[in-house]
Amino acid sequence: MLLIEDLQVELAGKIILRHIDMEIKPGETHVLFGPNGSGKTSLLMTIMGYPQYRVLAGRIMFKGVDITHLPINERAKLGIGMSFQRPPTIRGLKTRQMVSICAGERKDVDVEALARAVNFYDFLDRDVNDGFSGGEIKRCELLQLMAQDPDLFLFDEPESGVDLENMELIGRTIAKLLGQSITPKSEKSLIQQKRERTKMGLIITHTGHILDYVSATKGQVLFEGVMSCVENPREILRCIREVGYEECVRCIIGNNSEKKH
Amino acid sequence: MHNREQFREKALKAIDKKAAFGEDIDLRSFEKWAEPENLDICALPEIERELLAMAGIDVTEKERGGTFIQKNTSVAHCSVKQEGIEVIPLKQALERYDWIWDYYWKVVQVDADKYTASAELDLHDGYVIRALPGSKTIYPIQACMFMDRENLQQNVHNIIIAEEDSELHVITGCVTSHRMKRGIHVGISEFFVKKKAKLSFTMIHNWAEEMHVRPRSGAIVEEGGLFLNNYVCMKPVQSIQMYPTTHLMGAGAIARFYSIIVGSPGSVYDVGGRIFLNAPGNRAEIVSRAITNGGTIIARGHLIGKSPEIKAHLECRGLILNGGIMNAIPELEGHIDGVEMSHEAAVGKIAQEEIFYLMARGLNEEDATSTIVRGFLNVDIPGLPPQLKAEIDKAIEESNKDVM
Repeated sequence: MLLIEDLQVELAGKIILRHIDMEIKPGETHVLFGPNGSGKTSLLMTIMGYPQYRVLAGRIMFKGVDITHLPINERAKLGIGMSFQRPPTIRGLKTRQMVSICAGERKDVDVEALARAVNFYDFLDRDVNDGFSGGEIKRCELLQLMAQDPDLFLFDEPESGVDLENMELIGRTIAKLLGQSITPKSEKSLIQQKRERTKMGLIITHTGHILDYVSATKGQVLFEGVMSCVENPREILRCIREVGYEECVRCIIGNNSEKKH
Repeated sequence: MHNREQFREKALKAIDKKAAFGEDIDLRSFEKWAEPENLDICALPEIERELLAMAGIDVTEKERGGTFIQKNTSVAHCSVKQEGIEVIPLKQALERYDWIWDYYWKVVQVDADKYTASAELDLHDGYVIRALPGSKTIYPIQACMFMDRENLQQNVHNIIIAEEDSELHVITGCVTSHRMKRGIHVGISEFFVKKKAKLSFTMIHNWAEEMHVRPRSGAIVEEGGLFLNNYVCMKPVQSIQMYPTTHLMGAGAIARFYSIIVGSPGSVYDVGGRIFLNAPGNRAEIVSRAITNGGTIIARGHLIGKSPEIKAHLECRGLILNGGIMNAIPELEGHIDGVEMSHEAAVGKIAQEEIFYLMARGLNEEDATSTIVRGFLNVDIPGLPPQLKAEIDKAIEESNKDVM
């Protein structure tokens, strides 16, 4: 379980997240909405442990461990993995090696088979992210996460820059990573399969296209560093489309924002 | 004797001539002679064999088409297994063959500086490696310059000829014994790549901390020929200064220089490459990767375009990890309409963002850093046989431990 309590975060001297609360239970996937610059990526980077995001107050618990001040790699070892929106290029490091790094000590990971599954086999011998298009970066990130197999997945806008054809591949791959692909002829009933899900996800999305492939339990809106209450993600998406973020946050937060004005 | 007297006369006039670059060395302070001795590399102590292996020398000779070893001032071993390839000690070639005079001191000037002059006046030996027309090496030919005599000056002169349509791969390792500290190595190398021939020359240096090294190299590449010149130096040295020059003479000739240098504290590496593109369709590339841990690295590159329809690119990247100086000096010189020449140079540090990215995949900070450094030094060299690539990777892997 991921539990965030009253988190306050500063970046370069500016407070960018205020009083954030969040709870993701095993098997749950949450969706995070919000306009550009509202702090969505910052929240993901803070959960991952990027040190430039300084936690001023509150705490982050994962699997019962207080990870608020753990270094990035220890969070990764505990089972947190992230798909980055703009990952850096690492010259001379082949994608093949990067995927092996992600697999860590698990020797049974078949890098080539995983790459084929996301149509990325031809990129294995290219430098990580070197000259990759938007869609290629997404597939590369997914490939790395497939090898890493964390328990909590943080996806920063998995749809951005992806064409329609690849959207389906990416959507289905994310569903699979989150343990949501359903096997109809399994001995277990669908309900049973769903109940046994343990993977957690937190997905940033602008368009909500990912919801066509991934079933999200809950949604939240982040607006100017403040988080709205928890709602059905489809409901939020409809609200944003009809009245815009600001109104949507106001209406969801209701009384809270009234008091502010 | 053939023409040698004229070289001697020229050399005598240049005996005090300082080199254009690099610390000026007083050659009179070094010994010029050592007892000749045979060297059975298999019988060398383990520690020396390891030094040789790190310089790309395969002591078992299994994966090599031929082997040449010079110890101190004389040839210790010379053998060839590969058909169509000749490996001959230089002095023997000068005595026996007329054709050698078409190559001896033809691309390097004997009176270029005091080092070339000294190599003529006190010539110890060196090798001639020649691939006969149409022959192809399966395994690379290896040449080793080994020194174990304190305060010695080693003078060698090498001639490498890839005849028409041939393919030749040479790996050369320069090594000083673990007991040796001070000395100087002067190595003249002249390369001739004939029509449609392909020559790769990979040099790995593994010197001692008080060694001075002054290689002097020149190459001529004819029509359709390819010359690949790789240089790896990851170990301490007092000073290295070299500026090999290649002349692309025939249409479609190509030269590529790759150098990988890791600079240790107190060491000075002044390493460059100069390529003249004289004929239409010539291509040249100079790629340099350098890391300094407190050493001084001067990475020079000079491309001279003298014919239209040529393309040349220079890429120089440096990382400063633990102090030191990184000086990238790229030069482009176009002499005519229609040349296409470019360069990119960058000196910097390891990007924090890259370290974090790898940490997010589970590596600790130290492993993330060394992974990035290894990647930085991992240059793709098109046309290099996988075996030689493996030798370079091995040399990098070995010293990567010291870098961190």
